[in-house]
Amino acid sequence: MRSVYLDHAATTPLHPEVSSLMGEFMREIFGNPSSLHSFGREARKWMEEARQKVANLIGASAEEIVFTSGGTEADNLAILGVALSRSEKGRHIITSSIEHHAVLDTCKFLAKKGFEVTFLPVDRYGIIDPDDVRKAIRKDTILITIMHANNEIGTIEPIEEIGKIARDHGIIFHTDAVQTAGKIPVDVNTLNVDLLSLSAHKIYGPKGVGALYVRKGVRLEPILHGGGQERKYRSGTENTIGIVGFGKAAEIAARDLDQEFSRTKRLRDKLIRGIFEKIPDVRLNGHLKQRLPHNANFSFFGVEGESLILSLDLQGIAASSGSACSSRSLQPSHVLAALGLPYEWIHGSVRMTLGRTNTESDIDYVLEVLPDIVARLRSFSPLARKLQA
Amino acid sequence: MGEGDGVKRKERVIVAMSGGVDSSVAALLLKSEGYEVIGVTMYLWPSAGDSFRSCCGFSGVSDAEQVAWKIGIPHYVMDFREEFKKKVVDYFCSAYLSGQTPNPCIACNRYLKFGTLLQRALGIGADFIATGHYARITKDGFKGPYRLRTGIDARKDQSYFLYPMGQFELARVLFPLGKLRKDDVRKIAREAGLPVANKPESQDVCFVEGDYGDFVERWSEIPPARGYFRRRNGRWLGPHQGFHRYTIGQRRGLGLSLGHPVYVVDLDPETGTVWVGGEEFLYSKFLIAEDVIYTSGYPFSGSKQVRVKVRFRAPLVEAVATPVGERKLYIEFSEPQRAITPGQAVVLYENDEVVAGGTIARLGREGIKDFEAFYKDKVWASSHGGYCPQPAYRSYSA
Repeated sequence: MRSVYLDHAATTPLHPEVSSLMGEFMREIFGNPSSLHSFGREARKWMEEARQKVANLIGASAEEIVFTSGGTEADNLAILGVALSRSEKGRHIITSSIEHHAVLDTCKFLAKKGFEVTFLPVDRYGIIDPDDVRKAIRKDTILITIMHANNEIGTIEPIEEIGKIARDHGIIFHTDAVQTAGKIPVDVNTLNVDLLSLSAHKIYGPKGVGALYVRKGVRLEPILHGGGQERKYRSGTENTIGIVGFGKAAEIAARDLDQEFSRTKRLRDKLIRGIFEKIPDVRLNGHLKQRLPHNANFSFFGVEGESLILSLDLQGIAASSGSACSSRSLQPSHVLAALGLPYEWIHGSVRMTLGRTNTESDIDYVLEVLPDIVARLRSFSPLARKLQA
Repeated sequence: MGEGDGVKRKERVIVAMSGGVDSSVAALLLKSEGYEVIGVTMYLWPSAGDSFRSCCGFSGVSDAEQVAWKIGIPHYVMDFREEFKKKVVDYFCSAYLSGQTPNPCIACNRYLKFGTLLQRALGIGADFIATGHYARITKDGFKGPYRLRTGIDARKDQSYFLYPMGQFELARVLFPLGKLRKDDVRKIAREAGLPVANKPESQDVCFVEGDYGDFVERWSEIPPARGYFRRRNGRWLGPHQGFHRYTIGQRRGLGLSLGHPVYVVDLDPETGTVWVGGEEFLYSKFLIAEDVIYTSGYPFSGSKQVRVKVRFRAPLVEAVATPVGERKLYIEFSEPQRAITPGQAVVLYENDEVVAGGTIARLGREGIKDFEAFYKDKVWASSHGGYCPQPAYRSYSA
């Protein structure tokens, strides 16, 4: 059976250049980068080269990159690290209601521990109004954390403007750029951010490695204590194999960014057009323009999203309903709920995220298979019949 | 895919896999019979303790998944928690609070497995769903009608729990274990190396850990009406613990010492009274069943000699069943029956075939006149032949 991977926002396959470099590294080099001897120095050299490449991807300097175990740890380090180091200055945090759970739940955890958190609303496209951020700022606000682009609906937030507001008020600003780095241009200086989270496996690198950009001069309390690696921000012997892969992936992502941007966007637009032509009662969730080039998120009225994704899977098409995360059982999306979508639309949602693996004929195949699936599901759906009646 | 290239497409069947040995073997057998098998675990109830004996918690998922890997079929989890709460847990609690003894397994089969799951399965292009129940479905001739029959293994027969199935469901459900004995099933599982071959049977009501009465109180979030025990002769006895904690026929745990054994003989939710009395008060010869479902889809044309089960573990007894109104049956037993419990299912058999079933609504000791006063304003004794549609849980058209 044909297989089409349309879940690149969940994870991506290793780029062949990444896997061959990682293979070479893991066979040859095993030193602990903290060791003084030649073995350690060799490992350190590879790791620092990787750090530079990751820094290059986001316009940072190498010493501002702290490697972590992934995007979730980067988000936790940013939020908990600021909260712990600045709690005497204030205990108020501003975030949005459509953040990834790595941010949302960390903020909720702090709310239980005596911090106050403002969860900003979004408009019906998922965009946060910078004015809302401005209005939410208080004297005791210590951190603003707003994602660069949403992982479910692909909406790109006005980070530059929010960053400027934060800077004017002397508040530390964090953004989760896990979905954007390597997909659209990301520059920490243009964006006015102090902290920025990255993940390797979203850009054809390995799982289990990510990074937090920490602007020079910003102080963080570590959340992992021990040997003092990563400039004391993140103790624990570095995942050198992963880091080397991450560096290579970042290098390729930067190199191919323009080309991949326009390629996936063209395919994505073909997909959206095709679906609107062939299927009635469908909507595109998120913003039409302020949107990641590879993201499409549809709601099919009266269709059970779970059944839709399952039916697609049985035809070899991998899509998702948003962030399925650890539980493979699907939850109604907090993001679509925040857009104010009614239940019947939220439940019929499916996310398709394109990437390097996709070709023109993948999209043709989806457009050939999907209309029948939706029609069949609707024929068994009480909701859809209500619509027709 | 097979369509259009001259090869007949394999029939696709969704197997409801709980992670237990029965549904695992059901999946295995269907796979070896050449079906395209897809395993689905219904996520019904978030069990805090995740006890492995539970059939509806998330704990079954990993077992089901391992079995699916072993036999090489895709496996999915479907989230049915909202429906389960509404159709099973709410019903379970409100039945107890109205003085009845619910049967949540039947509600789960009716609304979840042969309701929502079947509907979703058809939506994703399945021809059938299958479960690990011990029962058989047969068909007369090419087009039916379909008949629901007992499993070959009399000790494991689960046809009692399946009576809500009508022709629509019977045509779209497979019970691969109906022709097997439990020992054979375990043997098949062991020989195939299924990791669940020796898993113990699931027991009791899967979503309740501990005491039913406590659960009902917690879930309903209202302090249940307290009341008093009362004897059949009218004498009031001491207060009881809430009438939802009692079942007809119960003797133990009443906390009454009257010098001779007394039983719960009736529950009155209006006054919160638990009636107790000697064993002789437990016997009834007549009952009215409501919400009756006829397997054939057609009500009996008149009185019918049947054999009846009034609870899962009860023996089959002789009775005459007469349709007396909108989906009601009047049942007269040849001998008085002990401790018939309103809320439980009464299931009617002809030989090894389930012909109808319903919920026990009222009991009588004298005959049909016991019921006439109660039902006088409701539809009563209307004779209706012809097709009797199934209840409204099926929102799609057959």
